Amino acid sequence: MSGQQTILKVEGLTKQFGGVAAVHDVSFEVKEGEIFAVIGPNGAGKTTLFNMITGVLPVTTGKVYFKDRELTGLKPYQIAALGVTRTFQNLEVFSNMTVIENVMTGAHLRMNTGILRAGFRFPSVVREEVNIMEKAMECLKLVGIEHLAYERAVTLPYGNQRLLEIARAYVSEPELIFLDEPLAGLNSEETRKWINVILKMRENGMTFVFVEHDIEAVMSISDRIVVLDNGIKIGEGTPEEIYENPKVVAAYLGEEEEDAVSC
Amino acid sequence: MDRTDLKKIYNNSLAGPLIFAGVLFLLPFVVQSNYILSIMIMIGFYALLCNGLTLLMGYAGQISLGHAAFYGIGAYMSAYLSAKMGLSPWLGMLAGMILAAIIAYIVGIPIFKLKGHYLALATLGFGVIVYTAFKELKDFTGGLNGFFGIPTISLFGFEFNNDFRFYYLIWLFVILGILFSRNIIHSRIGRALRSIEGSEVASDAVGVNIMKYKLQVFMLSAMFASLSGSLYAHYITFINPNLFDVMTSIYLLIMVVIGGASSIWGSVIGAAVFVLLGEILKSVVPLVFPNAGGEFEIVFFGLLLVVTLIYMPNGLSPQLEKLIARFRRNKELVPAPVAAGRDGVESGGDQS
Amino acid sequence: MEILSQVLQLLFSGLTVGSIYALIAIGFVVIYNVTGVLNFAQGEFAMFGAMICISLVGMGLPLLAAVILTILIVSVIGGLFERLAIYPARNSSVPTLIIITIGVSIAFRGIAILIWGTQPYALQPFTENNPIRILNAVLLPQNLWAIGISLVSVFAMVYFFNKTYIGKAVTACVVNKFAARLMGINPEKMSLLSISMSAGIGALAGIVIAPISGASYGMGMMLGMKAFVAAVIGGLTNAPAAILGAFLIGILESFTEGLWSSGLKDAVSFAMLLLILFLKPEGLFAKASGKRV
Repeated sequence: MSGQQTILKVEGLTKQFGGVAAVHDVSFEVKEGEIFAVIGPNGAGKTTLFNMITGVLPVTTGKVYFKDRELTGLKPYQIAALGVTRTFQNLEVFSNMTVIENVMTGAHLRMNTGILRAGFRFPSVVREEVNIMEKAMECLKLVGIEHLAYERAVTLPYGNQRLLEIARAYVSEPELIFLDEPLAGLNSEETRKWINVILKMRENGMTFVFVEHDIEAVMSISDRIVVLDNGIKIGEGTPEEIYENPKVVAAYLGEEEEDAVSC
Repeated sequence: MDRTDLKKIYNNSLAGPLIFAGVLFLLPFVVQSNYILSIMIMIGFYALLCNGLTLLMGYAGQISLGHAAFYGIGAYMSAYLSAKMGLSPWLGMLAGMILAAIIAYIVGIPIFKLKGHYLALATLGFGVIVYTAFKELKDFTGGLNGFFGIPTISLFGFEFNNDFRFYYLIWLFVILGILFSRNIIHSRIGRALRSIEGSEVASDAVGVNIMKYKLQVFMLSAMFASLSGSLYAHYITFINPNLFDVMTSIYLLIMVVIGGASSIWGSVIGAAVFVLLGEILKSVVPLVFPNAGGEFEIVFFGLLLVVTLIYMPNGLSPQLEKLIARFRRNKELVPAPVAAGRDGVESGGDQS
Repeated sequence: MEILSQVLQLLFSGLTVGSIYALIAIGFVVIYNVTGVLNFAQGEFAMFGAMICISLVGMGLPLLAAVILTILIVSVIGGLFERLAIYPARNSSVPTLIIITIGVSIAFRGIAILIWGTQPYALQPFTENNPIRILNAVLLPQNLWAIGISLVSVFAMVYFFNKTYIGKAVTACVVNKFAARLMGINPEKMSLLSISMSAGIGALAGIVIAPISGASYGMGMMLGMKAFVAAVIGGLTNAPAAILGAFLIGILESFTEGLWSSGLKDAVSFAMLLLILFLKPEGLFAKASGKRV
């Protein structure tokens, strides 16, 4: 993947809550077409980092660039308009809609209908709706849940809701998708399905950055990995390099010991 | 895919509205009673008002406890421009809607930064302030003495000056309003609104400018309210501030909740239940409580509101739709379409 | 001297009204803290307090007995309200709970109309009401009763929450429901307790104001809404700040009424509410760096 263009550049990102730094001076770059993972033990600051990059949390210091555009200070919907979207750790499907409507909502930015045109339902509105429905259906096929298109989103099992979130993000044709702990709560069968979907989408040119706790799954699909511990970057590299990084090994072993003690 | 596929998610058929319009059209010929007509007209005003409020509350999940303010703004604007300035009532109607939209925009910017309890209190405060303005701006509104002599509305010399004629005017607006709202719901805008109710963070992440859509739907609902107020003023020809006080806002809330905040037909059902029940109670209760006077019927509305929200949080309309769907299935043996937005206020995403 | 006595006069009446708002606002904050419910029916407890007390006195009960009995009755009404309307909906969303309490409040008003009709009633002052003159400003003993009772109640509440076991249990539920449950405290019981108690205090507010401004079925709505304003000024969760807010609103209203126009006093209070919601939603008395809970 080397030699490709940098799509995301994170420079010295820091977040302080009160006097405590949840994330301290973290920098990394993501190349186009990569599957890039941010890992680290619980409380390492992964989600905080993610929320800063995607505009949910304001940064204390540091900068984020998407290609040449600075993302710092933008709101999530503005970041989405530039082609960067995300999924959520605690599933955020629109529970008041059907599955296909969820995906169609994801295509919000690919549509033009305004409130007045919608109200009078000009022919262009109907055309756009049909187009988007078709596109949404394709996305559902891509993630393999097209047979559930007309079900209510909340009735879907957990694994399928995760796939639905990815379809909803993918339909807007972003260039970069952030996935926040996408494997949490999935069984091995669902994890396998999920990995296939991600790999397929990557073939279509998508770039993924994801935060994950489950180190095994990360190692199997990531091109490069950044490891956080206590808000500080302690390692970066390919999965092989990460396996051999003594700091990383220590951080994870430390966590296991803590787990053992707390049990 | 083509437009028939859209029907799988959105029931856009004109059959329902047409049957409804047909029944309404025939009603005055079948039931020749001015009393019934005047009740139907009242239902029409409220249905038009609740139509906008349902978009705001049921679809975007934003509570408003001050919507009577916009109802009043339309009524006073129409009254002033037509009675004092001699302009056409239609112009007054338009001006009222524009003013209501502008005020909704200005008030909406700070208000929609708030959520949950704070939003409810702020809209309540807005309602009280506007009500006070109606009371105190005596040069414009006549204060508590009221505003007299508002002209009736006419079109090309045809005057809507009796119940029979006005009945058709108001219900035409109601049906057009329902179609307009339904079109919005079945579109990108409707999904954006519902996504706000479903999950604000996810809505934001897929690129929905939440503030913009909250403002738009607030402005639209204010315009619906204003339109209803204008029509009311030209129908009744006399208005006073108490028609637009906090209690009226609460009545509107009752109608929207009882009808079901997540179906646009809920606005008609809620308005009908509210007005009809009120009429029935006014004639029945005095038989039991001979001393009852004033607005005693509110005790029943209060209880109805509580019971509805505890046991039927989506209001009456989903129950009714289930009935209709079952009836259809029995007849045609085709599966009922999966229709949109069945969630009531209870799934509101703005837990703060 | 003329101006001074006028200012003093307005201050007296502001403090009197403020003390009534304070009593309702405390109950309001207690309910909000324990159950998370913004109780729109709070003002109706004051209305019931005033009306029931007047009826009991009318039946020939001595005033003190009537007051105690009234507070008990309204506390029971509060308890029923909690069991029948709040408890079944405890897992609902914020807007739903708000609308439920609105429903209860108008049901209460309707019940009051059915029982007492729409005419206003009066209650005799607690003691002989010979005006006291201070710098030409008139102070009625009933005003002193109002201010005194509310101050005593406030201190009683503070004592209750900080010193007694039950009070501490309620406070524990506010701080951490889960931990409270682990300690063997039942948050549901605390919810019942806090709402009945707040209803009782609300009733007291209604009884105290009845000799000053009379009583009627509709008095609860505005009283309750003013208590909201007071509570919001205090940041919704802070009882002492809500009490300060209540006196502030009382004085603001009395000066608006005295120096400007009585029709504008509600609007001025609510304009204050909006300003605080827009500019300082954490409350007027919150520390600048204070954490938001």
